[in-house]
Amino acid sequence: MDFFLNRYRNLTALLVAILAQLGLLAYQIKSGEDVRLIRVWAVTAVTPLARFIEGGRGGLAHFLKNYFLLWNVQEENQRLKADLDRTEMENQYLRAQLSSADRATALAIFQKASQSRTLAARVIGNTTDPNGKAVIVDRGAADGIQKGMAVIKPEGIVGKVIGVFPHAADVLLVTDSSFAAGVVSQKNRVHGTLKGQGQSTVIVDYIQNEETVEPGEWFLTSGDDLVFPRGILVGQATVVRPGKNRKEVYLTPSGAQSGLEDVLIVLDGVHGTITEAPLPSQPVHVLAPPDNDADDRIPPSAEGTSIAPRSVATDLDRSVEHYRAVGEAQNHKYGDKNSSAPNYNMTPENPAQPPSPPPSSPPHP
Amino acid sequence: MSEARGRFRDSAGSAASPKYHWTVIVVVPLAAILFQVYVPRFITDLAYLELPLLVTVYFSLTFRSPVAGLLYGASVGLAQDSLARPQHPLGMYGVVKTLVGFFTAFVSQRFDVRNSSIRAILAFFFYFFHEFFYWVLSRALLGELVDFDPARTLVLAALNGAVAAPLFLLLDKLKTTE
Repeated sequence: MDFFLNRYRNLTALLVAILAQLGLLAYQIKSGEDVRLIRVWAVTAVTPLARFIEGGRGGLAHFLKNYFLLWNVQEENQRLKADLDRTEMENQYLRAQLSSADRATALAIFQKASQSRTLAARVIGNTTDPNGKAVIVDRGAADGIQKGMAVIKPEGIVGKVIGVFPHAADVLLVTDSSFAAGVVSQKNRVHGTLKGQGQSTVIVDYIQNEETVEPGEWFLTSGDDLVFPRGILVGQATVVRPGKNRKEVYLTPSGAQSGLEDVLIVLDGVHGTITEAPLPSQPVHVLAPPDNDADDRIPPSAEGTSIAPRSVATDLDRSVEHYRAVGEAQNHKYGDKNSSAPNYNMTPENPAQPPSPPPSSPPHP
Repeated sequence: MSEARGRFRDSAGSAASPKYHWTVIVVVPLAAILFQVYVPRFITDLAYLELPLLVTVYFSLTFRSPVAGLLYGASVGLAQDSLARPQHPLGMYGVVKTLVGFFTAFVSQRFDVRNSSIRAILAFFFYFFHEFFYWVLSRALLGELVDFDPARTLVLAALNGAVAAPLFLLLDKLKTTE
């Protein structure tokens, strides 16, 4: 045995190393569990360095951008001085300032306008495997990040968190072949499942050939996957054609078009609305204001009063408000089965007065 | 352990022992992995540069010991695995780079590997071997339906070989003595 080991020392070492790693692989594949400790060590070791490099790069880029911006302004200033038009120069400068509103500003605006609670994060690296599309962001468990959280940008969805480390997290991009999300088309309300393909385009699966999807139609998240809040931009249909079993719909994901630097991680998602208002080509996607119907979802209290204060927007709202006031003036409790029906012919100001018409009468034919 | 020593034997048969400070042996592969993690974000074409592989090939050629080569390859591969996405199990790069480290060191015992052309050819060959074996493992062990395009891989292998020649010369400068 000793002779064998000495004679074939190299081969023995190779076999041991390979078998040990194959054992590790088999354990992970069979149990479905990750060797988390090694990953945590590796990512924790790399994160500070990557953060430092990213900070340095960002600072340098910012400096260079400002330098050249100032340089341009100076050149422009000289030209404008030659024209003796100070007002025009100021306009030019203000326009330049507006157009140079960078991604971070857009992100901040979007974050403020979004109903979901989000956390800004910076992409500090890619993962190393060639077949996957995933990035590493500089927020982790210490910031409240959990596996499965949605990652978005003002332009659209980016991906979802698939691995969390103390100060970093892995984000699976929408273009990865293992990515999936529930989507709905904006115009025709066709539901489907978005799937990454490992390429720049993604496919929307499970759409029947009979359903209508138009090229150029926008898709938004449907909220069915319980990861992405409903109503976030996903992408625009570039190719729509009937397939053998189901319709083939290819999208260009809007969140993956421009470079990934800053993203938002959705800590607490709030479903938005899907409107038919035009969405494309707006630099900052701002969700529609919350609908008044949301108030209807307030659960009834213990006393049984389910009517909550609400804003009055339509004739129907005004009528409901009128009758509610009439009932309350007669001490009627809505939702209470023991309470007798109020006299709706009375006025809320004086229940003894003769009837007055409701504030808005229904339209006559 | 302040210095690592590898035994060189040139074509004339004379023995030479290059030394590297241990920080070089540790920091260079880490820098290569960090490069792979960070730089392709901005220059996507550089994603095809397998610097961790080239570094493994270089140090395995230098060590000229198959055991040292395979241990070095396994370490670099596992470090690379641990920075991949969670669906990518640990050991995929580890196994492939273990084999690369072993066979590179094995080859280095039989050729004069200080010649830049031979180094470039070895980098070319081992890049192809690395990609092919990784593809085999992906299909056989993980069941992933990944495409393998030999023509494209050969082109990328040539690019990596072209990068390897100056990179290895640069790494030669980090030797403390020979």
